[in-house]
Amino acid sequence: MSRRRSPWLTLSTILVYGFLYLPIVVLVVFAFNSSRQNVVFEGIVNRDACGPFYWFCRVFQNQDALDASVNTLKIALTSTVLSTLIGTMAALALQRHTFKLKLFAEASLYIPIVIPEIVMGIGILVLFNTVFRFVNTTFDLAPAQRLGLGLGTVIISHVAFSVPFVTLTVRTRLHSFDRAVEEAAADLGANAWTTFRRITLPLIMPGVLAGAMLAFTLSLDDFIITFFTNGPGSTTLPIYVYGLLRRTVTPEVNALSTMWILVVLAALVVSNRVQRRVA
Amino acid sequence: MAAIAVELRDVVKEFAEPEKKGEAFAAVNHVNLQINDGEFFSLLGPSGCGKTTSLRMIAGFELPTSGEVFIHGKAMGKTPPYQRPVNTVFQSYALFPHLTIFDNVAFGLQMKGVSQLEIKPRVQEALAMVRLPGYEKRKPKQLSGGQQQRVALARALVNRPEVLLLDEPLGALDLKLRKEMQLELKTLQREVGITFIYVTHDQEEALTMSDRIAVMNRGKLLQVGDSSGIYESPNCRFVADFIGDTNFITGKVHSRHGDTVSVELTSGVWVEAKSDQALNTGQSVTVAVRPEKMHIRSGTRLPNWFEGRVTNIVYIGTDTHYSVRLPGDQLVRVREQNDMPGYSRPLANEGDSVWVGFAVESARVLVE
Repeated sequence: MSRRRSPWLTLSTILVYGFLYLPIVVLVVFAFNSSRQNVVFEGIVNRDACGPFYWFCRVFQNQDALDASVNTLKIALTSTVLSTLIGTMAALALQRHTFKLKLFAEASLYIPIVIPEIVMGIGILVLFNTVFRFVNTTFDLAPAQRLGLGLGTVIISHVAFSVPFVTLTVRTRLHSFDRAVEEAAADLGANAWTTFRRITLPLIMPGVLAGAMLAFTLSLDDFIITFFTNGPGSTTLPIYVYGLLRRTVTPEVNALSTMWILVVLAALVVSNRVQRRVA
Repeated sequence: MAAIAVELRDVVKEFAEPEKKGEAFAAVNHVNLQINDGEFFSLLGPSGCGKTTSLRMIAGFELPTSGEVFIHGKAMGKTPPYQRPVNTVFQSYALFPHLTIFDNVAFGLQMKGVSQLEIKPRVQEALAMVRLPGYEKRKPKQLSGGQQQRVALARALVNRPEVLLLDEPLGALDLKLRKEMQLELKTLQREVGITFIYVTHDQEEALTMSDRIAVMNRGKLLQVGDSSGIYESPNCRFVADFIGDTNFITGKVHSRHGDTVSVELTSGVWVEAKSDQALNTGQSVTVAVRPEKMHIRSGTRLPNWFEGRVTNIVYIGTDTHYSVRLPGDQLVRVREQNDMPGYSRPLANEGDSVWVGFAVESARVLVE
């Protein structure tokens, strides 16, 4: 039995994939543009020893771009680890215990997801400024010791918006979790910590990893909140690229973006592999 | 006298009822119970009777609201499950899905700190005991329900517990496999000599396997005894009704001679039945008689024989079941074995007037 596929289906497939991936293809192609202005494609660049990868070489000579890359990775890795820890613990607490204000805790978890990012960004900035001013004046700190915006504040703000996503993914996993296996472990002589380490954690691991992956990508490409909470020495890639756009967009930006796409793709492949092996 | 393996002393377990604020519901209500060493002991009752809660208090998953659980004379107090000398076989098996069968069975030994060198032969021995040798490398998901059940058994028995707790372990199996596993469990228990405490709602299963049975209902322990004791002389209406079929005939106590009690039925006739309980004249009671202890004859004037009318006949091969309406509109069931030589013909037809009755020793007086 073979049915003719509807031409509309084919068309919509082409359109969806076109909208999704053509911008990326264009972005990558323009990374090889010979025109500095990067408005029209004027042929493949071939300069210096790097040849067609001229713009890629330029990125590696650009200390600002490299610094922004390192910052982005530092922030993404730290905030992923922290938010995965906090998010998983929150999921366990919410799934298994009843306590005062539980309903409030559950509802407030969704706020960072639904609230416009710019509102959260301004909120966090105001909070940091108030706290920092209070601390700095109360303890009369010397200028070098004063608290201010930087890597730390960006990491804290990224943790704040990543935790709900981790909690939600881990909770879906916990939902189908049979508590009897934990009782079985206790029955066989495992104390609470051993039971968690040997039984509970391995079983919810796919959920934890999915949450961590989500937190990592959210942190990696966040612009709005980072825009408010970054400070000297904590410029991330999205912020750096945005800064470049205000001047001229050289193919260097495309080259930088292309490399980031490759990094994210690699991370995705690895996480998929790990998740499949755990599950 | 055998040593006592497990004792429940005046144990109460209350659960808070969320709908009724502050009011607690007693899942287990002042239960006293002694289970002997090496015994196959069943806790039997309908769902919600407190049998599983009792088991969970022995395992340590629940703590009694009041009273005390003793294992081999030692008060358990707040001892957590992982420090109690008992192991459990769960209704859902609760195998660790991410571990191989070997690691599942080895888990308890690893927790005890048994050396790797000793673990391997003991796991293999346990798997051989439940007839699953060679399955070490598989995952629980790759096994059938019956096989998973056996792994759960091996995982518990490999630790050589003093007492093995089984929470409806055959509940999820189909009938044929259940019957097989019942015999297997019983044989296994004799071989290893460990005390088994077995929770079930299946009266037939309890009668088949147990040395002794405790019947529970609504958190209370109603009767403890061996299979025949529970079946032949139930001490209350619930036990008589829950275990096997029983005819209940209501009436009032008329007089008593020793353990023989005369009961006047609502229809005005008398029956005689046995009782070892204290009764008052005029007290409302129920006379319980098993259908297989009632018989159909044509014409006799012995005590406990009445004239009635056959309303229904069901032929089931080995037996024929008759429903007979007695005077006073009491309906009783009579089970006659088809053991006469040759072709078995029914003793009566529907609508026939017959005599039904029973021996005085077959009937018991139960207080409502």
